[in-house]
Amino acid sequence: MKQPFPFSAIVGQEAMKQAMILTAVDPAIGGVLVFGDRGTGKSTAVRALAALLPEIEAVEGCPVNSASPVQVPDWAQGATDRIITKPTPVVDLPLGVTEDRVVGALDIERALTRGEKAFEPGLLARANRGYLYIDEVNLLEDHIVDLLLDVAQSGENVVEREGLSIRHPARFVLVGSGNPEEGELRPQLLDRFGFSVEVTSPRDVDTRVEVIRRRDSYETNYGAFMETWRPQDAALRDRILAARAALPQITTPNTVLHDCASLCIAIGSDGLRGELTLLRAARALAAFEGDDAVGRIHLKAVAPMCLSHRLRRDPLDEAGSTSRVIRAVTEVLP
Amino acid sequence: MDDPWGRVETALACLATDPGGLKGLWLRARSGPVRDRVTAGLAALPLPQRRLHPTIADDALFGGLDLAATLATGHPVMQQGLLAQPAALILTMAERCPPGLAARLATALDAPAHTLIALDEGAEADETLAPALSDRLALFLDLTDISLSDSREISLDPQQLAKARANLPHLTLTPDQLDALTRAAAELGIPSLRAPLLAAAAARAHAAWAGHDAITEDDLAGGAALVYGHRTTPLPDQAEAPPDSPPPPDQTPDDGEAQSEDQSQSIPEDMLVEAALAALPRDLLEALAAGRAARAAKSAGGTGAERGGNRRGRPLPSRPGRLEPGARIDLVATLRAAAPWQPLRRAQTPDRDAALLVRAADIRLKRFRETSDRVLIFAVDASGSAAFARLAEAKGAIELLLAQAYARRDHVSLLAFKGRAAELILPPTRSLVQTKRRLAGVPGGGGTPLASGLQLALATAAQAKQRGMTPTIAILTDGRGNIALDGTPDRARAEDEATLLARQIRASATPALVIDVANRPQPALRTLAQIMDAPYLALPRADARRLSTVLGEALET
Repeated sequence: MKQPFPFSAIVGQEAMKQAMILTAVDPAIGGVLVFGDRGTGKSTAVRALAALLPEIEAVEGCPVNSASPVQVPDWAQGATDRIITKPTPVVDLPLGVTEDRVVGALDIERALTRGEKAFEPGLLARANRGYLYIDEVNLLEDHIVDLLLDVAQSGENVVEREGLSIRHPARFVLVGSGNPEEGELRPQLLDRFGFSVEVTSPRDVDTRVEVIRRRDSYETNYGAFMETWRPQDAALRDRILAARAALPQITTPNTVLHDCASLCIAIGSDGLRGELTLLRAARALAAFEGDDAVGRIHLKAVAPMCLSHRLRRDPLDEAGSTSRVIRAVTEVLP
Repeated sequence: MDDPWGRVETALACLATDPGGLKGLWLRARSGPVRDRVTAGLAALPLPQRRLHPTIADDALFGGLDLAATLATGHPVMQQGLLAQPAALILTMAERCPPGLAARLATALDAPAHTLIALDEGAEADETLAPALSDRLALFLDLTDISLSDSREISLDPQQLAKARANLPHLTLTPDQLDALTRAAAELGIPSLRAPLLAAAAARAHAAWAGHDAITEDDLAGGAALVYGHRTTPLPDQAEAPPDSPPPPDQTPDDGEAQSEDQSQSIPEDMLVEAALAALPRDLLEALAAGRAARAAKSAGGTGAERGGNRRGRPLPSRPGRLEPGARIDLVATLRAAAPWQPLRRAQTPDRDAALLVRAADIRLKRFRETSDRVLIFAVDASGSAAFARLAEAKGAIELLLAQAYARRDHVSLLAFKGRAAELILPPTRSLVQTKRRLAGVPGGGGTPLASGLQLALATAAQAKQRGMTPTIAILTDGRGNIALDGTPDRARAEDEATLLARQIRASATPALVIDVANRPQPALRTLAQIMDAPYLALPRADARRLSTVLGEALET
């Protein structure tokens, strides 16, 4: 079985890569929204991320990846008391998926054949403590979006259907990708993503050539290619783990809080989620870079991806919201 | 490449040589003997063929519980999905493939096992394959203009094919050749980076089929022609491209190399570009681009395709049916249906100790009725008399309404009438990016073909209804039409025709709204609104914001 294309071998797309790394350092930042052209490596990056992430410890056979046997929900069947390590779950949510598949439903098979009322967990259960990836997120049907909003907000999936009444934890990092020409994303869902990054096809021919070379070498010379890049992926994983450990010790000077607030006011972002994401992201970046405290430099680096989708925007203004954020950053934080 | 059938044969030979690398073929043709010849040629693929239908259910694709067998035997019987084994997936009526299925097939194609043959029978330019798939399939063939007499039976020599497949793993592109393919793609304005990789795969297959030991310029040109031809951005967009990607700096060093080194070392990418451009006629490129844009607009946010809602909305009585993914079982109704038969069934199967004997025929499914999406069709008078300022106001109002449509999830469509006839500027969409772009490009001037505008509005409304949306027509004009339907200036006939069409709109029961934007209210327009049974609003000197408020209020009622 071929492993996915290595994360570190992705050429360019720095903003997208950084956004994904920061959510790996601190999953509480929220999700990543990647919007852009076809064939720019959006799906490649998400699949690569799965291979890059550190493994998690979970109860064997637990449908919601519980960390300890105490947390295993009482409806779960087949869970043992053993703790195993397994890859961080990255669950694909396909378009046109049904509510039942997402939230889980009565296990018809068991109900009919054995007369038992059992719960068949859905995708949200499998994504607990991991990532939920939605390709073409802007084409997702409204009622599924509503479900996701609800669960992403509360971190808990509540199922009340067909005589079942079940709840289970569902904390995951949302990763969405899409092409804006095919439809817009509802503002409520947009707001739920911590980061938003735009990817474009590289304009510079040499970069394009490099992308093709690496991909071709991955296809035709798989063994040698992986040997080159696996150590780099491992180094990146170690750095993420170190950053996670360092995260609680990062200090946040008052001036930084002040900067966050002034920046969000200057941009006119709704609510306080902008400030909170900005602060968390800057802290995660400081930890990833090995600094002890959050500084303005971190804030500046993460501001575009934290705020570009939170502008009180004229919905028809397509002139890059990212550039508006960058302009505000240079004005407010000289 | 002058012989179109030769191109078909080359494409099939390449696909048969390396189906996994090329990912598949997008075949645009109506079903008929010519297409049958191509599909017969697919027998040369080294994979079993599996037919897919656009409405194929998930359990058929990925496998799942075989409910009938499970109920009959009393223990779970699983069935394998079509995607479980590597296969040549033949997607019939590919133009109707919903985005959900396209996304799943796209994911399946990203793993190297499958190859997809998309049989696209689209008759109109806007009926076409989902972009998620067309971007991933290397090959494209359009058989529309090929007659049976131009075609031949396709027979790929099995020995040559076996040799080609054996040869394939030994063929690799040199870095220079990869460079050339990538640069050629950039020059052709192909943004997706999948294209050069697919072109590389096509060049390898081409070389293997030709029995070459290494990849030659011919193979590169062949690969580029097969893969790039239909991806090339048509001229209007190319005109915009130069500021972004200036080609001259790339060309100069290359020309220098071509002169200094020998021909086999450096591949002039111009040649590849030419090969790709020669592969397809220009009008086809334009049609494809139009289709792409329309497709994008149409698919905005899962429109009215699923009106027979089975998930939400107002509940309807449940009914018997197959328990497919997406269907929700009505448990109580199912049990009720099974209850009367229990003694009989128990007598028939005494060895079964199940508490309840349920058969597949007992299954009852939940049904819901959903209210459909609304689409606002703006018919805007862009004639000379409706001064340019008015057109700008209308544009402004549409932008504002679209912004509000965010919350209500309405769709917006725009058509303009001016000069000799009306023109559909924007098919129903929720995409802001698209709307903004199209709106900016609406020019004004000329006569007032009001009848033509009404006709097109009616047609757009009818189409929207077919797709399960609820259309409302808003007509913004400053007066009487003076151009007849056939484009000739004839005020009397134009008025008769407008009256006739107004009656048709009324007959179609499409809600409408007439907004008079002339400096003084026009009695003739009020009469027309009455014929249409539409509210009439005189709105002298409106500004965009006021117009949008009035429209919003009128439509709420």
